[in-house]
Amino acid sequence: MFKARVHVTLKPSILDPKGKASLGALQNLGYDTIKNVRIGKMIELDIDASTEAEALQAAEMAARKLLANEVMEDFEVQILEGVS
Amino acid sequence: MAKFAVIVFPGSNCDHDAYHAAKHVMGADAEFVWHKETALGDVDAVIVPGGFSYGDYLRTGAIARFSPIMQEVVKFANRGGLVMGICNGFQILLEAGLLPGAMLANERLKFSCKQIYLKTEQIDTPFTNALKQDQAIQIPIAHGEGNYTAPQETIKEIENNGQVLFRYCDALGNVSPEANPNGSVNNIAGICNKERNVLGMMPHPERACEMHLGSEDGRLIFQSVLNSLEHA
Repeated sequence: MFKARVHVTLKPSILDPKGKASLGALQNLGYDTIKNVRIGKMIELDIDASTEAEALQAAEMAARKLLANEVMEDFEVQILEGVS
Repeated sequence: MAKFAVIVFPGSNCDHDAYHAAKHVMGADAEFVWHKETALGDVDAVIVPGGFSYGDYLRTGAIARFSPIMQEVVKFANRGGLVMGICNGFQILLEAGLLPGAMLANERLKFSCKQIYLKTEQIDTPFTNALKQDQAIQIPIAHGEGNYTAPQETIKEIENNGQVLFRYCDALGNVSPEANPNGSVNNIAGICNKERNVLGMMPHPERACEMHLGSEDGRLIFQSVLNSLEHA
């Protein structure tokens, strides 16, 4: 078993209304050193695979097919150590 | 008699409105098709209705797009069949790749539920042939994620191909930033595919077919579909 983390983020060219609203709230709270907020999501997958490469391939396929919409989002897959 | 299929997902909530508009207002035939079905049956047009299919989990429309019936809807569209996606239905058609682009949260992050106006941009489609060029029609919106976006090249392409059918405008038909309720690029409210047989629109024509709901302008869209089926 491997644990994979898929990070899904909006492409840099896409405006992020939720990030913008959060930035406004942070500035209202006085955190004026924070200049930009972008919101994405992190998805954890437990994958039954015999090698790390196999787990990576499964996670990437899942991201391409369903977890990310590549019209507006990018994704990155990270394989954590094998979990039992 | 022309027959509409109205697809029903877990979380659809405009399915009955669409059925009512097609059957009781327009006098066409209509039937519900559950998302687990693997055949559309003998229908002339498909409506993918509004709602919150699968609770909008992951992304709006992302999960519904893999429902068994959607494979049939894609095949039907690829054969030239008329498909209308309304609101969440539009989002599902985007996820399914039947229409270009994607939806973001509304610019001001509020769920927006109100009467708005749409400027008719193209009348040479199966969905707009009963409208007049530039006609402003009153149709309600009800969505939190209707902020249409697409890569710049895609926007250029759909604009050049005349695939933008409706833009948000004021009562007089002026397309302006003030009339844009959600931040959509170029005030885009409704588009079709290159082949012009698949429509996606965020506003709800099925909720604007009787005067006691505030407008009858939505009938023109259903009438267009019926006109084009009659001539097919």
